[in-house]
Amino acid sequence: MPFGNTHNNFKLNYKVEEEYPDLSKHNNHMAKVLTKELYGKLRDKQTSSGYTLDDVIQTGIDNPGHPFIMTVGCVAGDEESYEVFKDLLDPVISDRHGGYKPTDKHKTDLNFENLKGGDDLDPNYVLSSRVRTGRSIKGYTLPPHNSRGERRAIEKLSIEALTSLEGEFKGKYYPLKSMTDAEQEQLINDHFLFDKPVSPLLTCAGMARDWPDGRGIWHNDDKTFLVWVNEEDHLRVISMQKGGNMREVFRRFCVGLQKIEEIFKKHNHGFMWNEHLGYILTCPSNLGTGLRGGVHVKLPKLSTHAKFEEILTRLRLQKRGTGGVDTASVGGVFDISNADRLGSSEVEQVQLVVDGVKLMVEMEKKLEKGEAIDSMIPAQK
Amino acid sequence: LLKHVRNISRHRTFLNMIHSFSRILSSKRNIGILSLMGGSVAAGFLLQREHASAGSPLRRRYPASSEYPDLRQHNNCMASNLTPAIYAKLCDKTTPNGYTLDQAIQTGVDNPGHPFIKTVGMVAGDEESYEVFADLLDPIIKERHNGYDPCVMKHPTDLDSSKIHSGQFDDRYVLSSRVRTGRSIRGLSLPPACTRAERREVERVVVDALAGLKGDLTGRYYSLTQMTEKEQQQLIDDHFLFDKPVSPLLTCAGMARDWPDARGIWHNNEKTFLIWINEEDHTRVISMEKGGNMKRVFDRFCRGLKEVERLIQERGWEFMWNERLGYILTCPSNLGTGLRAGVHVKLPLLSKDPRFSKILDNLRLQKRGTGGVDTAAVGGVFDISNLDRLGQSEVQLVQTVVDGVNYLIECEKRLERGQDIKVPPPIKQFK
Repeated sequence: MPFGNTHNNFKLNYKVEEEYPDLSKHNNHMAKVLTKELYGKLRDKQTSSGYTLDDVIQTGIDNPGHPFIMTVGCVAGDEESYEVFKDLLDPVISDRHGGYKPTDKHKTDLNFENLKGGDDLDPNYVLSSRVRTGRSIKGYTLPPHNSRGERRAIEKLSIEALTSLEGEFKGKYYPLKSMTDAEQEQLINDHFLFDKPVSPLLTCAGMARDWPDGRGIWHNDDKTFLVWVNEEDHLRVISMQKGGNMREVFRRFCVGLQKIEEIFKKHNHGFMWNEHLGYILTCPSNLGTGLRGGVHVKLPKLSTHAKFEEILTRLRLQKRGTGGVDTASVGGVFDISNADRLGSSEVEQVQLVVDGVKLMVEMEKKLEKGEAIDSMIPAQK
Repeated sequence: LLKHVRNISRHRTFLNMIHSFSRILSSKRNIGILSLMGGSVAAGFLLQREHASAGSPLRRRYPASSEYPDLRQHNNCMASNLTPAIYAKLCDKTTPNGYTLDQAIQTGVDNPGHPFIKTVGMVAGDEESYEVFADLLDPIIKERHNGYDPCVMKHPTDLDSSKIHSGQFDDRYVLSSRVRTGRSIRGLSLPPACTRAERREVERVVVDALAGLKGDLTGRYYSLTQMTEKEQQQLIDDHFLFDKPVSPLLTCAGMARDWPDARGIWHNNEKTFLIWINEEDHTRVISMEKGGNMKRVFDRFCRGLKEVERLIQERGWEFMWNERLGYILTCPSNLGTGLRAGVHVKLPLLSKDPRFSKILDNLRLQKRGTGGVDTAAVGGVFDISNLDRLGQSEVQLVQTVVDGVNYLIECEKRLERGQDIKVPPPIKQFK
């Protein structure tokens, strides 16, 4: 939780071993990297907005993790956190993003025309298609750290930008704290409404403070393009529609994002981005593209095949239940999306989803006919 | 020296000097230095609360009006008292350790409350919070403590349990008796603000002192991080073990940070004196036993508290206390005595009488279910305890409970015999 400017200096009166957290029962990326020496090296630093090492790691201390699931265990409070605390965050990023080095450069490609195919996924199997990412607005601190005044300023700027959109992107903003019961009901039915975070991964990082002040949902009249304001990131941008036309979803995603970015730039508040880490977001796991492109697809036979997990790994895809992360699948319907975020571009990641899902649907059809799929199993991508 | 040190508590600059001395001295603290400082400093400093601008001002990017919380849906004591003017006055101030107004009120902003239950909505991060944020805390204290005015009134402390009379209840009605309070270690931040090092120091200071308890108070410490599964099960069976707080009232105030580091439970071998370390307060002290011997429970309570105080003073520490607010604890609702003295008592007939609530009100008692706050009564057994915390002494409050419970049992007996009962006149609140 955000302490005052001088609180960190007060802690320096105590020795490193007195303040160093007990991480002996912990299993997250932060705990694996943060030795006592590293803690000692970084603990007197703070970003210019006053974000400190203890702020970065509190969520990882309070959530030891699970023997099988490796959470990140640290967050950024502002853009500068990734610089000031790079001795901690670079190794965490490397562990989380497949060995990504501090010298590596990240490619950004939001040119939807570079995507090959993607408009012909079989709608008998692919029920819906969706691409989401996050964006942080330069010059503001991030959700773990921002004050009410700052969060409201972010909301105000976002409303100005979004309500100026036209054509297929013309839409309306619904602030969480003043929406009517009827509006709330409709947003729930559309599966658009987001809740106050209950996960301690988020609450221990201070992201739910002052809820629902400054939070809201914007969507276009067609209900195919949606933006969450001030949830886990400044903005979460979602393009979606029923059926398997991922190409169209991605087109709208790219066009919409670029229009929004232009407007924020005009207000001298572009998006946080650099050529090493790509788009800067609150959680290190969402750096790079911050993109999760996925489908809800019926794979009742393939999902029970012995090689299902291996196929997913080779295709660089991951599965989730249809309720999202940490849910179970229902009726053989899975949420299949890209596993990578950093080190490959948006086009590359969506291409993997498009190609991979197309292949898996063909496998499913083969299994329906009682045929083997061994020859179809791909090499590691 | 004890009384003298107590009178200095309002002199924040003196506290600052203690803090800096605590950094210089080694772990063996010297109470001689305290007495040396006390004389000259107390004479020299008459601290005005208006000048208690403690830490360096907060660096802000937005004006107070942009930061003022939206409290229109809120129903807690903080929301009732935090005007935009008070917010603007206090929002830049910090305590010497860097605790801010925004932090103190965060729990009340995040927990709007309930139409029927009025929570406090604010906590203290350290002793100085009660001075630096007095413009907000004083009216909250007055509202919460039924009119006790911290600007003009003094709180009496009295732990002489020999003054209690008629403190032995009829065991056929009273199943168990219990007295609890909290104590904070002066010089260390409170649970919402403490650093890991401070929290560990609280644990060390208290555990070290408790090891000096003798006789019927001899006991053992069980650290939450190191207890064995067997010890854990035993503590659960004894109903001693406390859990990581899940109530958002506590978690939003930052009290569950770093769990379970430096948290633990100490109890005597007889299991009648129990201390929680670093839960919602530095320490929670509980004396209890089965049956109705409240006098013995309170005897042990006072004896144990005084002995612990003596042991920490030997080592150069003391409890947070001042004559305006009594014992300083995290939640303003627990100021003064921090004392809840209560019994589990069988009142099946009386509890169904429509006059029950009024009788309790007039006796200045409150009822809870036997699971504690916010639970329902089971089998006509109620948890009955004192309503007040601040403005009356420990002895006064326990006598109130003793007199009140004796009256309730009399009523129950009369109803059993088919006789009528009377609603007693309301007893005076501030004596």
